Amino acid sequence: MNSALLVNIFRFIMLLAIQIVIFNNMNFLGYISPFPYILYIILYPVNSNKAGLIISSFFLGLIMDMFCNSGGIHATACVVLAYYRPYIFKFSFGLSYEYQTIKLNESLTPERFSFILVSVLIHHIVLFVLEAFQFKFIWDILLRTLFSSIFTIITSIIIIYLIKPNKR
Amino acid sequence: MQQIFNFLIRNSNRLLFLLLLGISLGLTIQSHSYHRSKIISSANFLSGGVYEKINRINEYLNLQAENDELVLENARLKSLLFNKEDTSKLPLPDTIKGVKPADIIVSKVIHNAYSTHENFLTLNSGSNEGVKPDMGVINSLGIVGIIDDTSPRYSTVVSILNMKSRINAKLKKSNHFGSLTWDGKSTGFVQLRDVPRLASVRKGDTIVTGGQSVIFPEGINIGTVETIYQERETSFYVIKVKLFNDMTNLGHVYIIKSKDREELINLENKEKNE
Repeated sequence: MNSALLVNIFRFIMLLAIQIVIFNNMNFLGYISPFPYILYIILYPVNSNKAGLIISSFFLGLIMDMFCNSGGIHATACVVLAYYRPYIFKFSFGLSYEYQTIKLNESLTPERFSFILVSVLIHHIVLFVLEAFQFKFIWDILLRTLFSSIFTIITSIIIIYLIKPNKR
Repeated sequence: MQQIFNFLIRNSNRLLFLLLLGISLGLTIQSHSYHRSKIISSANFLSGGVYEKINRINEYLNLQAENDELVLENARLKSLLFNKEDTSKLPLPDTIKGVKPADIIVSKVIHNAYSTHENFLTLNSGSNEGVKPDMGVINSLGIVGIIDDTSPRYSTVVSILNMKSRINAKLKKSNHFGSLTWDGKSTGFVQLRDVPRLASVRKGDTIVTGGQSVIFPEGINIGTVETIYQERETSFYVIKVKLFNDMTNLGHVYIIKSKDREELINLENKEKNE
C-alpha cells in the first residue's frame, strides 16, 4: 500500500517535470504539442481510492495551468478524465474489469490501446474546447485535438515502455 | 437526516467531481475575461523560479543569435549617431522626442508561449524593479506586449499574439490609425483593424504604434503591410501586418515606464469625479 502511494507521488512529480521542461516546448508545426502528463491518470492503480484520484488529478491540472498561464483548462480536462476513467475501463476491458488485475504497463494489447486512445481523446477534446472557448474555431479545435492526440499517444506509449522494460 | 448522510456517502465521488469541476470551470471562465484571475499565473514563486532555471540552460543555446542581434543593434545605433538628421526641417510639434518621457527597465524573457490562442510571456523582473501592470514591453525590433500581472521578482506579459490584446497603431506615413489584434493563426502576422478607407495603404508600408495609447510612446515599430482587404460588414480596411519581431524567439526586452501615465489617469479620474 505504502509503496504504491510512493510510486504515485513519484510519477506525479516526474511526469509534471518532464511535461514542463521538455514537452511544453515542442510546438511542432507551431501549435502541436503532446501532453503525456495525463499518463498519471491513465496509470493510476485500478482498484484504489477514486476520491484520491479525482483530487490529485485536479491538482495535477492546476499546476499545469500555473505553468501555462491558462486559467483552469488543464484542471477541468484532468478532473473530467479522472471521473470518467471507470467508464472507459468498462468500455475497453468489458464489464468485469474490477475483478481482473489490469496492468497497463505490460505488452500492448488492443484493449490497452483502446483505453489509452479513448482517455487521450476525452482529455484533449475538453482541453481544446475550453482553450478556444468560441464556436467559430470548431475546425481548429478538431484539428488540434486530432494531431495532439496522435502525438500524445505515441509519446505515452514510448514512456510506458521506457519505464517498464519487458521482463524476460 | 440519515437518508441525507447516506446519500452524501453513496455519491461522495460524484459530489467531489462536481465540486472540483465547478472550481476549475470557474477559473477557466475567469481567465477568458480581460481582467483575469491573478491566482493561477506564471508570475508566482514556484513557476517563475522553475522557468528562470530552464531559461538559463536555453540561453546558452541561443547565445549566437542574441549576439548577432546585439551587433545589428549596435550598428544601427552607430549609424544613427553618425548620420544625425538635419535640423533644418521643422518636425510636427507632437512628434518631438521628449514630449512623452519614458523610462526604461531592461528585462529578460524567461518563458515564451506562442502555441495557443491566448499567449503570455514571463519576465524576470517584477515590482521590486518598479514594474507595474499595463506598462508596455518592446525590444530592439518592435513591440512585444503589455504587462499583465507582477510579483516581487517576476511579471507576466500579454503578448501581441493574444486574441484579447488590442493596441492602438497607425500608418507611419499618414496618421490613419486602427487597432492591432491577432486572429490566432500565424505567429508571424497580426491584423490591423478599423482602418478608414480614406487611408492610402500600399504593400510594404510601415506600421508603428499610435499616439492615442498611454502605454506605448508614439512611433515604435510594429511591422510592414503584407495584404489589405475590406471587411464586408463594416467596410473598413483590415491590414495583415508582417511583424518585424520573431515572436517565437525573444531574449532581452525593454519595459517602458511612462511618466505621463499616472498624470493622465489622475486627470481622467478627476474629470469623472466632478
